[in-house]
Amino acid sequence: MSKEWPLWEVFIRGQHGLNHRHVGSLHAPDAEMAIMNARDVYTRRNEGVSIWVVPSAQITASSPSDKGPLFEPSNSKVYRHPTFFDIPEEVGHM
Amino acid sequence: MYAQLVKSEGTKTREEMTPEELAFQERIDRGEKIEPKEWMPEGYRKTLIRQIGQHAHSEIVGQLPEGNWITRAPTLERKAILLAKVQDEAGHGLYLYSAAETLGVSRDELMELLHAGKMKYSSIFNYPTLTWADMGAVGWLVDGAAIMNQVPLQRTSYGPYSRAMIRICKEESFHQRQGYAIMMKMAQGTPAQKRMAQDALNRLWYPALMMFGPSDKDSVHSAQSMAWKIKMNTNDELRQKFVDQTVPQAEYLGLTVPDPNLKWNEEKGGYDFSEPDWSEFYDVLAGNGPCNKDRLGARVKAWEDGAWFREGLMAHAEKAAARRAQAAE
Amino acid sequence: MPSLPDMNTPEVADLARREADAHPAHPTVPQPDAGQEALFETLLRIGDSTLILGHRVSEWCGHSPALEEDIALANVALDLIGQTQLWLGLAGEVEGQGRSADDLAYLRDAWDFRNLLICERPNGDFGHTLMRQFLFDAWHHELLKGLAASSDPRVAEIAAKAGKEVAYHLERSSDLVVRLGDGTEESHRRMQEALDALWPYTGEMFLGDDKDADMAARGIAPDPASLRAGWDETLRHVLTEATLQIPEGDFAHKGGKQGIHTEHLGYILAEMQFLQRAYPGASW
Ligand SMILES: [Fe+2]
Ligand SMILES: [Fe+2]
Ligand SMILES: [Fe+2]
Repeated sequence: MSKEWPLWEVFIRGQHGLNHRHVGSLHAPDAEMAIMNARDVYTRRNEGVSIWVVPSAQITASSPSDKGPLFEPSNSKVYRHPTFFDIPEEVGHM
Repeated sequence: MYAQLVKSEGTKTREEMTPEELAFQERIDRGEKIEPKEWMPEGYRKTLIRQIGQHAHSEIVGQLPEGNWITRAPTLERKAILLAKVQDEAGHGLYLYSAAETLGVSRDELMELLHAGKMKYSSIFNYPTLTWADMGAVGWLVDGAAIMNQVPLQRTSYGPYSRAMIRICKEESFHQRQGYAIMMKMAQGTPAQKRMAQDALNRLWYPALMMFGPSDKDSVHSAQSMAWKIKMNTNDELRQKFVDQTVPQAEYLGLTVPDPNLKWNEEKGGYDFSEPDWSEFYDVLAGNGPCNKDRLGARVKAWEDGAWFREGLMAHAEKAAARRAQAAE
Repeated sequence: MPSLPDMNTPEVADLARREADAHPAHPTVPQPDAGQEALFETLLRIGDSTLILGHRVSEWCGHSPALEEDIALANVALDLIGQTQLWLGLAGEVEGQGRSADDLAYLRDAWDFRNLLICERPNGDFGHTLMRQFLFDAWHHELLKGLAASSDPRVAEIAAKAGKEVAYHLERSSDLVVRLGDGTEESHRRMQEALDALWPYTGEMFLGDDKDADMAARGIAPDPASLRAGWDETLRHVLTEATLQIPEGDFAHKGGKQGIHTEHLGYILAEMQFLQRAYPGASW
């Protein structure tokens, strides 16, 4: 078997002002072609205004067993969420 | 379905499970998603590769029977719609192969397994498309049957598979609707068109029912897959649902479902219907369907004829990277 | 050589006359004025080219060397089919005989088609298809730039829309030609062979006739010869980077724009028009 095109992760900004979002992956020989392929594969229905591609091999992921230590501490900081605060209705929308 | 007769690995009872396996099963029971690189039983991983791979193969082999009519579509609009539809199927294949790749198998490996006849694709795509009405009937019945299966799979336990299914389902509803729209035109058309429409239903009805696979209510493999939430319903449940949904649609078209035993059963709130000829199903799976050789042959040819192209692009990318590295020195 | 008396008997001549009387020739249709006719012809030349090339490209669907390419090429075909609907739709309007884009696509015979010959060339290998696409795109891009400035607003509007699509087609096909030309030995050889084989079909793009002259004089469409410089520039740039040799010869096959085609078009139409011909008047 000949050498396989590397795998890329594709991130698309759906509308101006929004974050890029992971939409899927594809194969391409290099980054430039990955961008072109992403346009053809992942924006067939006008889904995007901007594309990022990243070699899948370059993604470093938090290991699932870190789930506790990495994310649980923020559970205790409930004050970070707007619903923590009771604001009287008379004040209006906030 | 697109993944028929997928053998599940491992069929342990709770008592037989290791603590790890039990914890895994409990996560699934709670509705949690399993993500790549998380611990999973080897059987879960293998079964998923088999199922997602078979599903992916079905998408790309499934391009062929409809692709057969792209150059003969009767109007410019129909041509564009059909081409867009078949193109979507290539996309579905791509999404699914990507999902399988997160389990540690490469797309090229899966392709080679398909080409060597070591992995299967859905039996339905070994039937020929003989008239334009088949473009209607395939969209209506085949995509319709696929949707039956794929909608629940959006809730499957494996994250990448679930996300691929969500994306696919969004695109699928256009497929079934364009098929039904073709059927409506034909059924309301000239006598020749009506004849084509009925003929398509006659030929594709039972193969569509076969898509769900033989009854698996007693299958241990299916039970394991259902426990792992990589199979969401029994084959019979989905088949029944499909018949119940499709019969009124056929009636609306003024077409006759080719089953003399078809009858509404008030008690069960569904139709009674005839089983397909399962010996035909096994013949098709064994490679003896009307189009098995042609379909696989077309895939192998595309792959082999394209090798120089894939290699050429890879070689260029490597050269260009080397040149960039040298320039940076 | 013996004569063929039975072909000339009075009975046969008489029979032929009676037969002819029973089936009068098509009633004479009102002819559009010469200017409209030239515009109609010009629109067919563009719309038929996009139609036939789109058809050819669509033949790849499901058979490309990689899924990503299959999807990308289908996008090109879809764009070309969409553009065909616009160009032939306008052609039918200009002609004023009530013919739709579909009527024009599905109910004319080969001699009434006006596409460039390069569009009907068989696909060959994937490299051949990409080279054909590149040579066409480079011309198409120049053409649409000219048409976007047309004095006819309907033409300008379609050209502006198509121009955006074709700019991307050209970007993609140029890129692939460069990569494959400068890829492996085999990919280089295949691309050079494709270029050599297709070269004699490029000259036709720049040959004008009196209809083209009329269109250019009225500012409706650019003079075909005027597109050459831009096309040459694109080719020089891309093919140099691709390490491919631009062929020497300037021989040009021609006739497509006047309805004299290669043998291939007849087969394309036999396939494409099959349903419309076999079931006349049916609606799909
Ligand atoms: Fe699909
Ligand atoms: Fe589909
Ligand atoms: Fe599907």
